[in-house]
Amino acid sequence: MKKYTYEKKIDTRSGFGAGLAELGRTNDKVVALCADLTGSLKMDEFKNENPERFFQAGIAEANMIGLAAGLTIGGKIPFTGTFANFSTGRVYDQIRQSVAYSGKNVKICASHAGLTLGEDGATHQILEDIGLMKMLPGMTVINTCDYNQTKAATIAIAEHDGPVYLRFGRPAVPNFTSEDQKFEIGKAVMLNEGTDVTIVATGHLVWEAIEAGEKLAEEGISAEIINIHTIKPLDEEAILKSVAKTGCVVTAEEHNYLGGLGESVARTLSMNNPAPQEFVATMDTFGESGTPAQLMEKYGLNSASIVEKAKKVMARK
Amino acid sequence: MPDTQHLKDLATQVRRDIVRMVHKVNSGHPGGSLGCTEFFVALYNEVMELHEGFDMDGNGEDVFFLSNGHISPVYYSVLARRGYFPVDELNTFRLINSRLQGHPTTHEGLPGVRIASGSLGQGMSVALGAALAKKLNNDNHLIYSLHGDGELQEGQNWEAIMYAAANKVDNIIATVDYNKQQIDGSTDDVLPLGDLRAKFEAFGWDVLEIEEGNDIEAVIAGLKEAKAMTGKGKPVAVLMHTVMGNGVDFMMHTHAWHGKAPNDDQLAIALEQNPETLGDY
Repeated sequence: MKKYTYEKKIDTRSGFGAGLAELGRTNDKVVALCADLTGSLKMDEFKNENPERFFQAGIAEANMIGLAAGLTIGGKIPFTGTFANFSTGRVYDQIRQSVAYSGKNVKICASHAGLTLGEDGATHQILEDIGLMKMLPGMTVINTCDYNQTKAATIAIAEHDGPVYLRFGRPAVPNFTSEDQKFEIGKAVMLNEGTDVTIVATGHLVWEAIEAGEKLAEEGISAEIINIHTIKPLDEEAILKSVAKTGCVVTAEEHNYLGGLGESVARTLSMNNPAPQEFVATMDTFGESGTPAQLMEKYGLNSASIVEKAKKVMARK
Repeated sequence: MPDTQHLKDLATQVRRDIVRMVHKVNSGHPGGSLGCTEFFVALYNEVMELHEGFDMDGNGEDVFFLSNGHISPVYYSVLARRGYFPVDELNTFRLINSRLQGHPTTHEGLPGVRIASGSLGQGMSVALGAALAKKLNNDNHLIYSLHGDGELQEGQNWEAIMYAAANKVDNIIATVDYNKQQIDGSTDDVLPLGDLRAKFEAFGWDVLEIEEGNDIEAVIAGLKEAKAMTGKGKPVAVLMHTVMGNGVDFMMHTHAWHGKAPNDDQLAIALEQNPETLGDY
């Protein structure tokens, strides 16, 4: 098992803030909008350095999405920022008509996704957003795993012409990917080559997958671990190639098993090379209050759960 | 005053286009389209500063957004007759493989359209975003938008109206088609709008009313007055009093023709009341 280390834990939302700030300095077409969560989204640096290119929408997310769509007409590249719940479900029709169907170059950037929002509870813990966004024709869906990757993704999506949903989170997580990485939309990242089971993980579950791989290695199980930061378009080739070798797969995500990464992988396999699959995801449930670690354990979204599902899926081969 | 006879002839021809388009496919929205015919004819031929041809960004020209997308027949007719696409293409309205979808969209690349609309209440926000882009680009051209009065029941409008005044977006003229009708009946019966003028003013907008929204000279004068009100730190709203179904007597003063097409006999009457002026498509 390849060794991964990190100097410190940082929140992925800070990676977004850093990436946005860099875009502010390098691309004068980039503008940013926020719905009264500038601090939570780490957008202060961009706002302070580019006050004329920052738009405070207030607690009015529907208007914010419309403003962003309008700003593209005239050549701007708008980045909207609010919590994932308010970035998707609350404004689904606005995104559908004014952004996706209209083909507008809007970057919908969503923090506090999933259970790791923690104590605020289920009203704010959206576990359906990947599904909502991936169903929209033309929408690119990205869920990054650490600070460096989130920063790189933020910068990369400015160069992509078309709507993007970029999902990240609140808790501090190991920052293990390289600082100077090149972020390629739609390209899987191979973290560890293995032969017994494929683990395909996204977002905060990527580090858990690495830890799971280490535990499995101690037991003599060789896990191939793939970091899927882009859920749509999915790197089907990488997944099919891996599963052709290992014969089974575990998918891991901080999202409902209905509509998430796991279903995209299952669809890919069923259409090309059916293989046993197990899901590490929430099982069609809402979340609740608690610390991020408590929640991830209670809902089975951690390395222990990945290890258990890996053994289970291998037995089904 | 400009040569309004030509514009009146154009308006009559547009009304013919509208009823013929919806009759052919037995669907579409003639009522609001007829009521806004003078507005569109005036806007695209007398009021807005426009480039020849079309590009999405609309830099260096005025830009229009239709929020109440269901009145696509009048929009398509006026765009075609302004030269954005061939007039013959009006034949394809609502047909399979057409650029003239039931509600306007950018998806099929129809020149003149910059945003999809149809799901109501979204156009004000989009228009404001485009107005902000014009300011960033130091482009002193204006953004025009049109909204149904019933459409103002959608809450997103009031988010946008609040935003526009707070941020002094003074390069926009948002016109409300104030015909007081919607699908289920009069706005007073369905969900009363109250004192619309007072509401816009309370939100910090300058408001102008066009009492005769189906008189092309009154519409031109009103829109030019609205234009003179821009650039003064406040967004501008125009409450344009119109008659739904205007120009076809049996369609007027009722919500019945909001989304209903005429039959063959009714079409004949409508065309008789609007004789061909510039040539049918």
